[in-house]
Amino acid sequence: MAGLPLLPELVRQLFSRPATNAFPSRHLPPSITGFLAKVARGEATIHPPIPTPPKFRGKIVYDREACIGCSLCLRVCPAHAIEFIPETKRVRIYVTQCIFCSQCNDVCPKNALHMSHEFLLATEDRYAESQIVE
Amino acid sequence: MSAEKAKKTVPYTVPIGPVHPALKEPVMFTFGMEGEIVRTVDFAPGQTHRGIEWMGMRRNPVQIVHLTDRICGICGIVHSLSFARAVEQIAEIEVPERADYIRTILHELERIQSHLLWAGVAAHELGFDSLFYLAWRVREQSMDLIENLTGNRVNYGIVQIGGVRRDISDEQRALVEKGLDYYQGLLDQMATLFLKDSTILMRCRGHGILSGDDARLLCTVGPTARASGLNMDVRQDYPYCAYGDLDVKAILPPPETGGPQGDVYDRIIVRLLEVGQSIGIIRQCLGQLPAGEILWEPKMAKLLSVLKKAEGEGIGRVEAPRGECMHYVKMAGKEAPDSWKVKASSYSNLMSWIPMLQGEQLADIPIIVASIDPCLSCTDRVAVTRNGQSDILTKEDLTRLSREKTRRMMQ
Repeated sequence: MAGLPLLPELVRQLFSRPATNAFPSRHLPPSITGFLAKVARGEATIHPPIPTPPKFRGKIVYDREACIGCSLCLRVCPAHAIEFIPETKRVRIYVTQCIFCSQCNDVCPKNALHMSHEFLLATEDRYAESQIVE
Repeated sequence: MSAEKAKKTVPYTVPIGPVHPALKEPVMFTFGMEGEIVRTVDFAPGQTHRGIEWMGMRRNPVQIVHLTDRICGICGIVHSLSFARAVEQIAEIEVPERADYIRTILHELERIQSHLLWAGVAAHELGFDSLFYLAWRVREQSMDLIENLTGNRVNYGIVQIGGVRRDISDEQRALVEKGLDYYQGLLDQMATLFLKDSTILMRCRGHGILSGDDARLLCTVGPTARASGLNMDVRQDYPYCAYGDLDVKAILPPPETGGPQGDVYDRIIVRLLEVGQSIGIIRQCLGQLPAGEILWEPKMAKLLSVLKKAEGEGIGRVEAPRGECMHYVKMAGKEAPDSWKVKASSYSNLMSWIPMLQGEQLADIPIIVASIDPCLSCTDRVAVTRNGQSDILTKEDLTRLSREKTRRMMQ
């Protein structure tokens, strides 16, 4: 018979804790940028995000010493995010273009490329130092 | 109705879209209204064309397989699986059995999350936001499982030509089983919340009806077709991956709820039952998960050279949460495929909007439009522009263009 089956569940939820993780702060600050500036000065702390899973693919890490400049990674990168520098025989990775598939990690014969757990990558400048890995 | 009379009784048109809060994705609707009643329906997709096939034809299959992840925002594995199957057909690559099972497990987990997402959207379109929040909270469990198995929440990047890129460990297996138990316990509750609710019953029963004949004539696929009583499911009719070993039957609205009537309510029933079916399929897969390799060729350089030599045509078909998804690939011994065509499931379902919406009220449009679970960013493959303006080519235009080309070639 039709009725209002959600009602008991709603009443129950009045007394349960929120399902979402409060990030970056437990209560909404008057200004997010002001809050983040405060965090940078050490006056406030960020409510931590949910930990990433073990196989998470975040910002790429490049081991320049291990790289032999074979440029195999260029052939499998779907986003053309990797550039080969002929003078140094090393690669440069543009994080803004990377699609985090980690295919270059699989193909690398020297294990010079890895995915880190870093995921808060947004900036306003696509050529910022944090957005280019070399 | 004569044309003159139609002019008098359909005095105004209501455009909705291309971007409108009632629609989840951009599509342009033009309704001919008679009071509150929808009399004529016209729609124009093609607002989210991104030229992904063009991009694909300039890349090798190993690159494209990760591009296909991005065709749809919800079906992360459907397109890559379908593309990989087409390429495997061409290059005669045999996928290891274990990889087939892992593909199936992820495919079904994706169905669970997609159907729950749809259930939430449907509740939201009815103005039933508390149910929307509940459905999406419940959905998180499947997202967490997918994230744990593949590494990322949305763009999984798990399918590789000739297998999968990540194995399922024993700890992950335990996690999946725990997640399945969670959903098994929730199934009855979700069914009660959606099917026994008087609001949903009022708004969905007898609305947006698509008869079985119409569904067949319009080549509807997936849950939309099954809710109209068509017994079809790629997993049952043309088994792929591990489905041949499993017990999969197309789900039709059961006789207890009045059998298939083809309304919005039946589409809710079919999707909710399919969540239960997916749980069963994953359990079967985990039970018979064979040991062995997960990739046909772990050395990427060798795989690339095999694919470069491949010649021929292939079609990959999979049953996406929205219906049959198809990829056609033609390779001609070059790095990039000669041709790549994506037919997403929503492409087949869009035309069913017309019989569904005719005769309904204006306020029913959002739920009926959402009831086929349209995914327009999957669907849009073509956008015709001329002098920077969007344009429509009619049949006559195409005939003229064809004749002009013949003439040009004869000169």
